[in-house]
Amino acid sequence: MSAEYKTVFASIDDYRKGGVHCLNEDPKRYVFSNLYEVAATNAPYDRIVVAKNLDYTIEAARAEGTSDWMVCAHDEFVVAMDYDVEVHFVKLADDSIVDEDKDGFVTLQGNPDGQKMGRILMTRGHQALLPEKTAYRFHSNKPATLMLQSILGEETIEKWADICLK
Amino acid sequence: MNTNLKPTIDNTQTGYESFKIGNFTFDRDEYFAYISCPNGEHMMSIDAFLRAMMRDVAWGFFYGTVAFDDVFGTTNHYGNVDVFIGSQHAEWTKAERDYLENFKSDELMDVFKALLSDWTNEGFDPFAAPQETGNAWGRNNGNEDKLISRQREVAKRMVGIPGDAPLRSDENGYPVNRAFADVDQSQPVIEAEPGFEGELHAYNFFAFLSRSDVTWNPSIVSVVRQSLFCPTTEEYILPIDHGNDRVEWFIQISDEIVWDIKDGKTSAPLATVTMRAGDVSAQPADIRHQGQSPKRSMLLVWENGSPEIMDMIKDGTVPIVPVTF
Repeated sequence: MSAEYKTVFASIDDYRKGGVHCLNEDPKRYVFSNLYEVAATNAPYDRIVVAKNLDYTIEAARAEGTSDWMVCAHDEFVVAMDYDVEVHFVKLADDSIVDEDKDGFVTLQGNPDGQKMGRILMTRGHQALLPEKTAYRFHSNKPATLMLQSILGEETIEKWADICLK
Repeated sequence: MNTNLKPTIDNTQTGYESFKIGNFTFDRDEYFAYISCPNGEHMMSIDAFLRAMMRDVAWGFFYGTVAFDDVFGTTNHYGNVDVFIGSQHAEWTKAERDYLENFKSDELMDVFKALLSDWTNEGFDPFAAPQETGNAWGRNNGNEDKLISRQREVAKRMVGIPGDAPLRSDENGYPVNRAFADVDQSQPVIEAEPGFEGELHAYNFFAFLSRSDVTWNPSIVSVVRQSLFCPTTEEYILPIDHGNDRVEWFIQISDEIVWDIKDGKTSAPLATVTMRAGDVSAQPADIRHQGQSPKRSMLLVWENGSPEIMDMIKDGTVPIVPVTF
């Protein structure tokens, strides 16, 4: 009989952090946090940097309700880490409103002017492309965790001392 | 004094070849690999040696140091590679027994590939978890060239986009791994408006990972400029200690991995990092790490492949830790 395995995932309402045991080391060097904890303890759609390599980022966000519309000069990616999340897309009528010299996402004021492109319905483990210069917003009926691959921008939030083990 | 302590190697009995590059000689017998250099010899269990060699070859010498154990390894300088014995071990360097020689990458790669082909017997897959393959022992018996030459998926933008690296499926030879039989295989629902068909892209990232046929071997699934999402599935022990030359990040997707952290220059133990689902941790650029995964797990390795970092490594200005707080 073949063995049966249970894969252990986590969620915004059920996670168990690991940690760092040091012999002769500063635990802060490992910049240790947990995506689900960051999502659980921050406001909806605040995009908190949990990993940073020069200007590249991985961000965690709590999805809950409907986000503002966002746009970015470069591609980004989002992974639904636990529960159902929708992503809606709009092709901008005038994509010159996107500043090509600016990295990171930008929140748009109100609804974007452009054509609806459609939506993607995601659940745990699904990854979607957030194409460059395309407006997008998220919707989730209940709290969920997003992981985003992006670049540091003016609106990205860094709060390392609040989220990391010390 | 005769310092050659290497046991007698008789290739006429075992059927293996010996390999030589510069002043290094590599021999194997039924159970062990032997590495010889002007300062002495070092031996390793052949299964551990082949698993480490498989990663060094598949990753093109990787970023920084690939330590086969605390004594032997390679350090990548991108175009040329150091091969060393004892150079990153406090006691070896203190005793002045360490030895290092630099080779052109392609010349060293040719030797390592030939060695891997000759020394890997039929039925042993050095990429596989120990429970999923045969053993490495015994005399020369066939090869597994097809397995050891397999290529990882390397997306240019995102796996699954037409023209980019393909998704894994039963049809293309990637069944769901036995340890991930409970992982949801549903795909995202894409509802494109007329005229925008083919412009929205998504796939099941966790399902893609559940179909990985190898362990400790990252693919690239999504790319933002030089930001590379490199997920991998892990089981048992990372066959090498990885000594990074730049900051690297881990995001644990499922299950658990325990990382032993050592000093990059001396191999002295520094810390243990236990990562569970959702945990995020940086690996500083001055350490070595080796992971242990009790059950097959999903790990997102996040790398920065920027040329800017290459210049910073050469200048000695690359950040050791990614942030301070």
